[in-house]
Amino acid sequence: MSDSNDAPRKPARKKVELDPRFLSYKHVWVYIEAERGEVHPVSWELLGEGRKLADQLGVDLVGVVLGPPEARTRAICEEAFHFGADRCYLVQHDALRDYRNEPYTKCLTELVDTYQPEILMLGATTLGRDLAGSVATTLATGLVADCTELVIEAESRCLASTRPTFGGSLLCTIMTQRHRPQMATVRPRVMAMPDADASRTGEIIEHAFSIVETSIITKILQFIPDDTRDKPNLPFADIIVAGGRGLKKPENFQLVWDLAKVLGAEVGASRPVVQAGWAELDRQVGQSGKTVRPKLYIAAGISGAVQHRVGMDGADVIIAINNDSNAPIFDFAHYGIVGNAMQILPALTEAFRKHLAQARKAG
Amino acid sequence: MHSVVCIKQVPDSAQIRVHPVTNTIMRQGVPAIINPYDLFALEEALRLKDRFGGTVTVITMGPPQAEVALRKCLSFGADHAILVSDRAFAGADTLATSFALSAAISKVREEQPVDLIFTGKQTIDGDTAQVGPGIAKRLDYQLLTYVSKIVDIDFGKKEITVERRAEGGVQLLKTAVPCLITMLEGTNEMRFGDMADMFRAARYPLKVWDRVAAGIEDVAKIGLKGSPTVVGKVFAPKPRSQRAEMIEVHDNDPQDLVVTLLAKVFTRHPKIEAEIIKRAS
Ligand SMILES: Cc1cc2nc3c(=O)[nH]c(=O)nc-3n(C[C@H](O)[C@H](O)[C@H](O)COP(=O)(O)OP(=O)(O)OC[C@H]3O[C@@H](n4cnc5c(N)ncnc54)[C@H](O)[C@@H]3O)c2cc1C
Repeated sequence: MSDSNDAPRKPARKKVELDPRFLSYKHVWVYIEAERGEVHPVSWELLGEGRKLADQLGVDLVGVVLGPPEARTRAICEEAFHFGADRCYLVQHDALRDYRNEPYTKCLTELVDTYQPEILMLGATTLGRDLAGSVATTLATGLVADCTELVIEAESRCLASTRPTFGGSLLCTIMTQRHRPQMATVRPRVMAMPDADASRTGEIIEHAFSIVETSIITKILQFIPDDTRDKPNLPFADIIVAGGRGLKKPENFQLVWDLAKVLGAEVGASRPVVQAGWAELDRQVGQSGKTVRPKLYIAAGISGAVQHRVGMDGADVIIAINNDSNAPIFDFAHYGIVGNAMQILPALTEAFRKHLAQARKAG
Repeated sequence: MHSVVCIKQVPDSAQIRVHPVTNTIMRQGVPAIINPYDLFALEEALRLKDRFGGTVTVITMGPPQAEVALRKCLSFGADHAILVSDRAFAGADTLATSFALSAAISKVREEQPVDLIFTGKQTIDGDTAQVGPGIAKRLDYQLLTYVSKIVDIDFGKKEITVERRAEGGVQLLKTAVPCLITMLEGTNEMRFGDMADMFRAARYPLKVWDRVAAGIEDVAKIGLKGSPTVVGKVFAPKPRSQRAEMIEVHDNDPQDLVVTLLAKVFTRHPKIEAEIIKRAS
């Protein structure tokens, strides 16, 4: 018994018949997450992935845009076309100004019932997970969370979604065979960002959604934005210097900050460091933290446990510093330095500083 | 006030090992714990009880051994505990799980109205964050996920105000009670139970409900049958083919080594160098 999608169960039997009422379900949908006019980049990443699935199935890729009646909401559809959508369903309503579970669930469920997609993907953000869970329950369909790989199984034309399980120690592939849509969420930065093509256009289909504000029980009293300067945006950082328990003392964690400062990098941390209070929760990289995809990831005093690894091994280049030559992180880092982080970090900081000074002179 | 807290007993996944040959999880000897996120939910319910009085009922769907987790919750101060357990629930995915739990909560509600349902934001074994939203939907309760703070409850008006973590900020929301709240981590710290609660927990006559007791007639909605998702294969992540290129350390001269490293990285990855120069200047 498990709440997970993935408790080991009997393997899927082949040739499962789809319920006839779902035979008309077609097309791949991506929910385009936008709040206060800003699209979450995970939506474009999903369109990139959705394009491949739609092409393989020979169907259209559709973006779903919900928001307030403003020019900006419509403009988001145009952007979705640039990132690969063939068509967009657009719903504009005052009740959809800020995200609330009830009107958004009603609206997205209504769209699914009306236009019948075979696949529906959302970002595994706080919004996407909230919305996906309610929509899937209303539709009584399958939902696979935090997928890392999505493929169409050739013979069944089913979506096979792969996701980490048991804290990232294993992967498992899950399918929704008898129900439609097949729903999946994907974390930001797990899929690559597609190139935008500003010449691409598509068809906007407006859907009239009717709901009265007074019937919606939850009210938003206030939105308190994160102070953008204080909030790290790890998933989208290009360079990250991260520290782990190997740094031993909170004072030593400052060495990570010093290097980050010289590199113009974000600071990341492993879970024990966050739990010890040396770094904020938003800086945790890994299974229960953020998934990152930087060009360079420098890990100091981090062992490379699988729960950390799943959050960062999409980095282009990983440099690991660890005093144990058998640390698991050396099995997947690109460059390894065996040594004391308390010496190596300041040395790195100094070397980068010099190198940059030279480059600046030369450049 | 009556709060129901849904908890789950999970394997301590930090201690799980994967069998090198068969690629299966080796659960033997892995301790079972209460899903850590659920403790934030339980503590929040207990704090409301401290403030307003009332009852806290914990509930789990699980195998018979999940009794241990429930007794632990009782020892922290929960008043009642219900174990929903039946072979017919085996193989449940999130949809089937939320169905079984919501059925059981409906039963609980017949005896005493339920004002708040709490869950953790997700479990550490499944990580799906889907069961809470599922229960709310089925019971037609307002859903508040990722709640970081309960700001106010007005029992007269049956209203609750909370702070909820959203993308890019915090929402201050007001909604109607009853509602379902999933608690964010780090919002509070679990108390130590007192002696009296520990004794009570040990002696508490646990309620164990099978399918029928939980009021479930339609077996097509529970267990494997009620689960639209089907697990195909489970496998270990592919190890990266290459081990890190090790940079030799010359005793006590980290500077030397670092220069070597930089030279390598920057000649092979000129984009990274460009990126750093761009940022630093
Ligand atoms: C459900 C679950 C979710 C989790 N989620 C996450 C997550 O999101 N992110 C995460 O990071 N972890 C997560 N973990 C924890 C994870 O399993 C590991 O415990 C954690 O990543 C270890 O952190 P660490 O490498 O900093 O510490 P340790 O494992 O203690 O490793 C410290 C390393 O530092 C090295 N070292 C010691 N001294 C020095 C020195 N002087 N110089 C250089 N190196 C030194 C040691 O050789 C060692 O390799 C999760 C665990 C569970 C069960």
